[in-house]
Amino acid sequence: MGYIGEHLLPGQLGHFFITLSLVASAIAAFAYFKSANAISEPEAYQWKKLGRYAFFTEVIAVVSIFITLFYIIHSHYFEYKYAWQHTSLSLEVKYMLASFWEGQEGSFLLWIFWHCILGLFLIRGGKAWEAPVMSILSLVQFSLATMIAGIYIFGWKLGSNPFILLRDSGVLDNAPALHMNFDVTQPMKPDYLASITDGNDLNPLLQNYWMVIHPPVLFLGFASTVVPFAFVMAALWKKKFSEWLKPALPWALFSAAVLGLGIMMGAAWAYESLTFGGYWAWDPVENASLVPWMVMIAGIHCLLIFKHSGHSLRITHLFFILAFGLVLYSTFLTRSGILGDTSVHAFTDLGMNLQLSVFLGLFVLPPLLLFAFRYKQIPTVAKEENTSSREFWMFVGSLVFFLSAAVIIVKTSLPAFVKVAPPEDPEFAYNRIQVYVAIVVAALTAISQYLKYKSTPGSFFWKKIWLPTLISVIISSLILAFGNIDYNKYGYGFLGSIWLAIACSVYAIIANAAYIWLGMKGSLKLSGGSIAHLGFGLVLLGILISSSKKEVLSYNTSGIAINFGEGSKEKTGENLTLVKGIRTDMGKYWVTYEGSRQHPKKQLWYYDVMFESKDGKEKFDLHPNAFINYKGNEGLMANPSSRHYWDHDVFTYITSLPDPTKNKDTAQFKNKLLKIGDTIFYSKGYFILEKVLTRDSIPTDKGFDPDSRASLATIKVHSLNNSTYTAQPLLVFQKGRQYSIPDTVISQDLIVAINSVDGDKVDMGYKEPDTIMQYLTLKAYKFPYINLLWLGVIITVTGIIISMVHRSRLNRISVSRS
Amino acid sequence: MKKIHIILLVLIAGSIAVLISFLKASTTYDTIETAKEKPGKFVHMIAKLDRSQPIEYDAVKDPNYLSFTAVDSLGQTVKVVYRNAKPDNLEGSERLVLKGAYENNHFECKEIMMKCPSKYKDDMKAAEKNIQETTETSPANNQTAEKKL
Repeated sequence: MGYIGEHLLPGQLGHFFITLSLVASAIAAFAYFKSANAISEPEAYQWKKLGRYAFFTEVIAVVSIFITLFYIIHSHYFEYKYAWQHTSLSLEVKYMLASFWEGQEGSFLLWIFWHCILGLFLIRGGKAWEAPVMSILSLVQFSLATMIAGIYIFGWKLGSNPFILLRDSGVLDNAPALHMNFDVTQPMKPDYLASITDGNDLNPLLQNYWMVIHPPVLFLGFASTVVPFAFVMAALWKKKFSEWLKPALPWALFSAAVLGLGIMMGAAWAYESLTFGGYWAWDPVENASLVPWMVMIAGIHCLLIFKHSGHSLRITHLFFILAFGLVLYSTFLTRSGILGDTSVHAFTDLGMNLQLSVFLGLFVLPPLLLFAFRYKQIPTVAKEENTSSREFWMFVGSLVFFLSAAVIIVKTSLPAFVKVAPPEDPEFAYNRIQVYVAIVVAALTAISQYLKYKSTPGSFFWKKIWLPTLISVIISSLILAFGNIDYNKYGYGFLGSIWLAIACSVYAIIANAAYIWLGMKGSLKLSGGSIAHLGFGLVLLGILISSSKKEVLSYNTSGIAINFGEGSKEKTGENLTLVKGIRTDMGKYWVTYEGSRQHPKKQLWYYDVMFESKDGKEKFDLHPNAFINYKGNEGLMANPSSRHYWDHDVFTYITSLPDPTKNKDTAQFKNKLLKIGDTIFYSKGYFILEKVLTRDSIPTDKGFDPDSRASLATIKVHSLNNSTYTAQPLLVFQKGRQYSIPDTVISQDLIVAINSVDGDKVDMGYKEPDTIMQYLTLKAYKFPYINLLWLGVIITVTGIIISMVHRSRLNRISVSRS
Repeated sequence: MKKIHIILLVLIAGSIAVLISFLKASTTYDTIETAKEKPGKFVHMIAKLDRSQPIEYDAVKDPNYLSFTAVDSLGQTVKVVYRNAKPDNLEGSERLVLKGAYENNHFECKEIMMKCPSKYKDDMKAAEKNIQETTETSPANNQTAEKKL
């Protein structure tokens, strides 16, 4: 049976390309496998050629899927569930990419897409490693392709297809009006699509530029962990245990840089646009992406240890396997919904848990088994590391980092597997441990560079390190003495740890900055490591200071609050209510709620809140906004607004607004019989009934029948302050029934309606919802030195990238020489 | 035994100790009844909003006082006091994870997490509702096969 108005071609193309990518990646994996295992050179070459063609086909297929799905979204083809579920007619084009990866299918696609790009680079520069590495990558690619396949195998659904039609998705099954004879057991009506006039839209919280840029970066970070993993697998498979390190190192650095950047972009997003009141909350989603990064970093350090000393080769293999495995594990945690009760994030469950766990098991257990199997064959150095050697302390640092990651992921996953709930203060449960990790790691990053590989003469070490150490002691003493870091919510023990951690972070910053000159003679090209460590020190310092000195500005000190007694013994609340136009006392500031504006197309409201510091030095407006009752999501969804200074941010968001439905119900309509030209007075002025028109047809976009009639009254409202407004209430006659559609003059709190029309006599109703107070409730914070954190992130990433470029240049040179 | 092995053992022992202390600090998921049985003890209470009872929140009087009644699947109810702003869509929530302790005949709540069995399903439900509403209030749409733009 045909349906009217559907565009089926893009979907069919989409299905075709998904199948093509599935087949092509399978062929690529197989061909590359044969090539890697081939005995003769020509045979290997033939298979490699086939593998390449298959992989290029895969790339074309994936790009085509991408374009097709985007085309469907962009054209508003709501007959496709993906377009209907994630977009709407009013969605700005700039957010269409965001809606593309809002869904699970789209984010898998993004992941697959990045694998394609990475694969192309691997083919270009892979040389002897191309065949085995690409074989592993294509196998991963094949598994990911099954996630979006949406095919049934023996009644078992494999993957979730983004090209499924809305009418096949089950969403419409319970809407009788869309079925023949209003009976849901009957087939759909041929013209059902005419009723689907708009989509469900992108979740308003995600209508944000961060949602456009953060997922691609994060997923590139996730995707890139496959490369070191594939190298390790290739090495274990081909028993070339040390040759892989050189080509893999730039890739591992790339992965660390991009994944780190992606994670911190998420933190910046959370800080800037979400109302978590911070940038990091040790939420499962955050932890799950942090942990692979930490393991990747540990792996990189062990790799460097091996390069310079021959130690730690085995554990390097293990760390790169685990980094990738943890990416898969985090995918499983966040997409299966098993941690639903512990996270503020909304987990989506597509009913693919079994498939996800198979995916996870497939790429974690066999690699670990292979590693265990080959363990004895991986060369080691029998001689013990010298405690004055750089490698010894680098290894200790890597271990601490790795174990810290292990602790974090176990803590995160615990509620999913054991019947316990998180602790009373989950953030502190992490912080109290991780602060020691910060101390150890920061101190080690400061000192290790001044040690030489193998062993370091004491005189050499002290000669260079005394100056940076002295400067660090002085600077950290100054910070601690004058910085007012007196965060004793958790007692002086924890405060002491914070102090120590601040001192160590300063040490890491100074010592690494100094090493650029003392050790590298000012060559930035060679100092990637020092720059990255310096940035990392800044990140730690920024985290420590901004969190321990975060201040709540909006303690409720206004006179309006009537405390309810029973609970006010404790701390004053963090929410403050501002009545429109009234200057309110808020700590160091006077704040005034000045007014609000609506987005031209959406139920999105912007609020103007003026901050004036009491010393008269600052005056600025903040514009927090909120979606109100958006597309079936009851209540408000708030976005914060902040004022940035070089040394602190003032940050505010709306926590509560008057409930419009509650206020409307309290007032009663007053009814009056009016003639054209009659006047009625209300509390803020008067209004005149200007004319009444009867229209035979009314716009159907309001959902009425084209053959219905309507009376439209035009009312001029004159307020006392000389503003005039026009209100046009409607009375609709349709199939013997009449509906009154009132009109509201918002700024006057006036609602007018027509009850009945008889010739030129109109029965008018009007009401004024008890001239309600307009107010909003907000929270405001001050975050000091948050910019240290962001600056630190940028420097760290830059440092890692400098290293990456340097290392891959060295690789190229050594290849051209040999 | 190498020094590095000693360090490794110490660190692993440390990690295990950390995890054990975490397990000790961890709390429990409770029903209203079991939460009432251990007054003063911090729990994660899983319940629903009792829609038959009023929600008390007046931001003008006190923006830091919310009170409502929670009910769970076993039919128990308890008054909940939350000294903070009313969460965005309390009324729309399907399930609540209430973190706090039962004391003085009410549940003193420190944090509320609003939950749906799955956000995805909930979105779909809201959307289904939207479709049904538009199609039910405007039967016109079904009879005229308007060309969509």
